[in-house]
Amino acid sequence: MSRGRLDDLFSTVRSEGRLAFMPYLTAGLPSPADSPSLFEAMEGADAFEVGIPYSDPLMDGQTVMAGGHIALEAGTTLQAALGVVSRVKESTGKPIVVMTYVNVVLATGAERFAWEAAAAGADAVIMADIPLEEALPLKPIMEKEGLGVVLFAAPTTPDDRLDRIAEEDPVFIYGVADLGVTGERSSGNRLGIELAGRVRSRTRAPLVMGVGLSRKEQIAELKGAADGAIIGSAIVRRVLEADSLTAAQTELRRYTAEIAEACR
Amino acid sequence: MSDGVGLGRFGDFGGQYAPETLMPALLALEAAFDDAWDDPKFRDRFSSILTSYVGRPTPLHPASRLSELLGVNVLLKREDLAHTGAHKINNALGQGLLAQRMGKTRLIAETGAGQHGVASATAAAYLGLECQVFMGAKDIERQALNVYRMELLGTEVIPVTTGASTLKDAVSAAFREWVSRPEDTHYVIGSVVGPHPFPYMVREFQKVIGEEALSQLEGDLPDIIAACVGGGSNAIGIFHPFFDTDVELVGVEAAGLGTDTDKHGASIGMGTHGVLHGSMTYMLQDKDGQVLEAHSISAGLDYPGVGPEHAWYADIGRATYESVTDAEALEAVKLLSEVEGIIPALESAHVIAWVSKHRDRLKGKTVLVNLSGRGDKDVAQIKDMGL
Repeated sequence: MSRGRLDDLFSTVRSEGRLAFMPYLTAGLPSPADSPSLFEAMEGADAFEVGIPYSDPLMDGQTVMAGGHIALEAGTTLQAALGVVSRVKESTGKPIVVMTYVNVVLATGAERFAWEAAAAGADAVIMADIPLEEALPLKPIMEKEGLGVVLFAAPTTPDDRLDRIAEEDPVFIYGVADLGVTGERSSGNRLGIELAGRVRSRTRAPLVMGVGLSRKEQIAELKGAADGAIIGSAIVRRVLEADSLTAAQTELRRYTAEIAEACR
Repeated sequence: MSDGVGLGRFGDFGGQYAPETLMPALLALEAAFDDAWDDPKFRDRFSSILTSYVGRPTPLHPASRLSELLGVNVLLKREDLAHTGAHKINNALGQGLLAQRMGKTRLIAETGAGQHGVASATAAAYLGLECQVFMGAKDIERQALNVYRMELLGTEVIPVTTGASTLKDAVSAAFREWVSRPEDTHYVIGSVVGPHPFPYMVREFQKVIGEEALSQLEGDLPDIIAACVGGGSNAIGIFHPFFDTDVELVGVEAAGLGTDTDKHGASIGMGTHGVLHGSMTYMLQDKDGQVLEAHSISAGLDYPGVGPEHAWYADIGRATYESVTDAEALEAVKLLSEVEGIIPALESAHVIAWVSKHRDRLKGKTVLVNLSGRGDKDVAQIKDMGL
């Protein structure tokens, strides 16, 4: 229940010379009751990014949007989503980063959101639609409850902004590996690798890359350039495509094992 | 003080709630706009295009038969006579010129009623830029004529099928597209919404409406200025130059099927503080912060948020915000058409409906109505409804 657990994870992966694998999945998909079992099936994960579904997810592509819509329809309120966090934490013991959009935090009240997320077992929070400037007032509120705050760096972020982001000592920097919203890509990693290189040359803050990642070749390329990788759309898509809950579990177990292997 | 702009805020409202990928584009836009707006050459070019191409100044028309009928002295600011049929063209050309100055080659825009889409398509054609317009599938259906106009102007219309397939979803889709291509693309946002600098910049491009009215009134100020408010660009455009006067400012929101139902677009009247499409404002949302669908017969007012400057005007009491229903707006289309020979857009008809509804309270007063657009685009929809 503190960023310390993520700090530990990053020092472990650094000493082992590998990437931390952090799969993203929307909480409440396909339903709040069945959702925890899908996280549990992702045995290859080092930590989880648990999405709190939002009606207007500006940073997400069609797949994550569709998953969020189903979760909301299935009754995934904030309370239900945090219920999933709590169960996954209990059964796996792995660090959990909750990902949401700022309006969910503000509507709940930042203090209350921080307290409830921490109580559910979250270690850190990602607010996908705010930059450094709007994250700063919320950061101490989260940190007071022991939650780390993740800050973003994008391929478009100039070096002086990277320095300002690093100075804020985020629990990790979420390196946006490609322009655009979340989603699987056939394109290469050029922008992501370039960004990782720029971040690395300026700060020792942990760097986790995400957006547009899904293939093990892309992951392997990030080794040495970053500390971790987030895969979201490829996981949500597998859940949406599965015929049954068991089929989804089996496929996630297989796929995350393959990616975990590529992280080593 | 009348600017209310400090770090992109209007009081507690506004801000820059945007993904990091867009921040460099927003910061560059802010710098480019400030530079352009301080440059007399840019201002002159904008102004001369507004004159020779848009047909500004638009007339200030005393609606004498309507005035006689209602017992209220009604003046109409005829934005419906601007090229392409609404005030939207002021902003689309302003942003188009700025985009070109910044070296962008492609415009994207969202549209609800289709007026901003047509205005953006027009600006793109005029300036020789590529253009794509995102439009909710439901709006494409109810505004078929404007879709065809955009296509005729060489713009690609992209249907948006997420959410309720209306304006909110089109704005989200346009933002997603901009996150994908911030480098060669400018997002011509159509109202005083979005992250800073958009609400401020769009107001600057639209305040020509109020500046003209102020000069056309020749010192004889009205008691009230009233304008419809979806995102609120025509309203802020006419309100802003009157900020420091004693004129009462009234924004008219869409009450849809009634503000006692869940089918309306009264974001200020019925909404709460929240962040929508990049700024802190009043919005329609549930207790978890999920955005609720708005409803209005008029696609341009069918939006669950409102420009942050309006939220601030409401908070400090500089303007009041009231609402009228779909049915009242429809009646007002008929009224203005029959009595003045002007078919108003459904959006603008809300203001006529407000005056008519409150004619007793307004008796003998002078009300300047911003007639933001013409009704040609709505004729098929209205006919289908059997008016």
